[in-house]
Amino acid sequence: MTVWKPTVLTRVLLGLAIFVSAFPLYWMLVIASRTNADAVASPPKFLPGGNLGDNIVRVLTHPEAQFLLGLTNSFIVASIVTVSVILISTLAGFAFANLNFKGRNALLLLVLLTMAVPLQQMGVVPLYRLMVSLEWTNTLKAVILPYLLNGFGVFLMTQYTRQSVPMELVEAARVDGAATLRIWWNVVLPAVRPGMAVLGINTFMLMWNDYMWPLIVLNQENPTVQIAINGLNARFSTEYSLIFAGTALSIIPLVLVFVLFGRQIVGGLMEGAVKA
Amino acid sequence: MSLDTLPRASRNTHRRERPPGRRWRSRLDVKAMPYALVSPYFLLFAAFGLFPLAFTLYYSLYDYDLTGTTEWAGLGNYTALLGDDDFWRATVNTVAMFLIATVPQMFLALFLANALNKHMRFRLPIRMSVLLPLVTSVVAVAVVFTQLFARDWGLVNYLLGLFGVDNTNWRAERVPSWIAIATMVDWRWTGYNAIIFLAGMQTIPRDLYEAASIDGASRRRQFWQITLPMLRPTMIFVVLNSTIGGLTLFSEPMTFYNGNPDGGSQGQFQTVAMFVYKEAFREFDYGYASAAAWLLFLLILIGAAINFLFVRRIGGTR
Repeated sequence: MTVWKPTVLTRVLLGLAIFVSAFPLYWMLVIASRTNADAVASPPKFLPGGNLGDNIVRVLTHPEAQFLLGLTNSFIVASIVTVSVILISTLAGFAFANLNFKGRNALLLLVLLTMAVPLQQMGVVPLYRLMVSLEWTNTLKAVILPYLLNGFGVFLMTQYTRQSVPMELVEAARVDGAATLRIWWNVVLPAVRPGMAVLGINTFMLMWNDYMWPLIVLNQENPTVQIAINGLNARFSTEYSLIFAGTALSIIPLVLVFVLFGRQIVGGLMEGAVKA
Repeated sequence: MSLDTLPRASRNTHRRERPPGRRWRSRLDVKAMPYALVSPYFLLFAAFGLFPLAFTLYYSLYDYDLTGTTEWAGLGNYTALLGDDDFWRATVNTVAMFLIATVPQMFLALFLANALNKHMRFRLPIRMSVLLPLVTSVVAVAVVFTQLFARDWGLVNYLLGLFGVDNTNWRAERVPSWIAIATMVDWRWTGYNAIIFLAGMQTIPRDLYEAASIDGASRRRQFWQITLPMLRPTMIFVVLNSTIGGLTLFSEPMTFYNGNPDGGSQGQFQTVAMFVYKEAFREFDYGYASAAAWLLFLLILIGAAINFLFVRRIGGTR
């Protein structure tokens, strides 16, 4: 049996990789906890200062940024989209993986093709004009609607369901007289929960990070959190300690998700998505 | 990506006798329900995917001006774009940043995945920590790196200065700005791609390696002759993903210039996505922007095709 032990070199390089991954986040905290004079000092100050609380209060009370509203809005948007994507993807994934119907393979291929279209960049003009004509600009509806579906989600859940729900189980349930929706609820959903977790985390992160589309359809009065960070960026003087405190606040929900579900992210990315 | 599960032999089950009404309902359930289950996706795709795509094509054939007047332009927008230096500069920027970011990233991610695939203590926390950049929001990454790459007091210049390198104005010059932005992209995505590569590596049967060891193949040789060829499907996924992401790059270069779509004073790091944004929402030339969006799509298709052919050749000597 081959022994897969890391060499010293591997260990050193792994350590370096972890350091590089973590350093910018540490740096964010350093600057967020200092004054702006420190942020632009040379030589740079590498240790955190004592201004974190002060900076955070200034971020939250910033008159133009609407930071609290941005956090709330992002939370609403990301939650609704996540639930919708999970629902649509588990339903379609179940059908593609476990049910027989005419045109199944063609439809699944279509889903794969739609994954390659960068809708966000491609369809931005008509989507914007649609929102204008519906008078939905500056509302959360406009941000949410184009994201309710996700081809990657359907693909992921199809793969996942195929792996974790044996055909026999579905047929046994059918023999017992369960209707399709009931099988989905009672048999499939419990079995694909890890896949749902990965998809959910992924979608939540994607929505939390979305920048271009909210920038187009929202204004500074009703921002998502990324747009609110923009608002901290004063036109003439860039106050880094303030912006960094804002960015540090903006990643708290993601860090929480990561700490709570990190095991699933690593495990799930490793299990389902990309088996060929 | 497997499309290979054709109908698995459906068993002829002997059903219990049921009242006719229920039997009819259950036949309807079996026949129609699958379509009902997949239809939400396709309905939404029609509304928010097909509709915008078709209308982008339609808009691209018209000239719009600030007053909202429209005029049929035929392929005028496309020919104008092909003669527009700004558009070409944006295209070159996009492709260059994509290459500078992606090529080293693939090697790094492969290497990292190989290292993470070893037996060691604290395996899970180590694997999780390379995903750390992913939880950081894009704008946060861009803000932090913009500060790190600042000219007079940025940490990067400070560190380079310790080695006697003069301060670089990362934002003002073309190639340095590409490097700075590529660094942001790589920092964020290398660990993620490494984890996906790692997933692919774990599906490779161990006995292949054992057989190779018995035949006297070195570890390095095993990596090139076994790991890489077996990783090809995963690689196609990762490369396609990075291609789409890289060619539609927007948030990082936008934030690198305080949310301005010009991409620097000379447009030195304006990407095609930023060009589309600028034409549509600052110049209000919807037709021109839409044509540019279709050319961007074309660029992605070309990039995807090249990558696909390239990846297929990896280890293709089997």
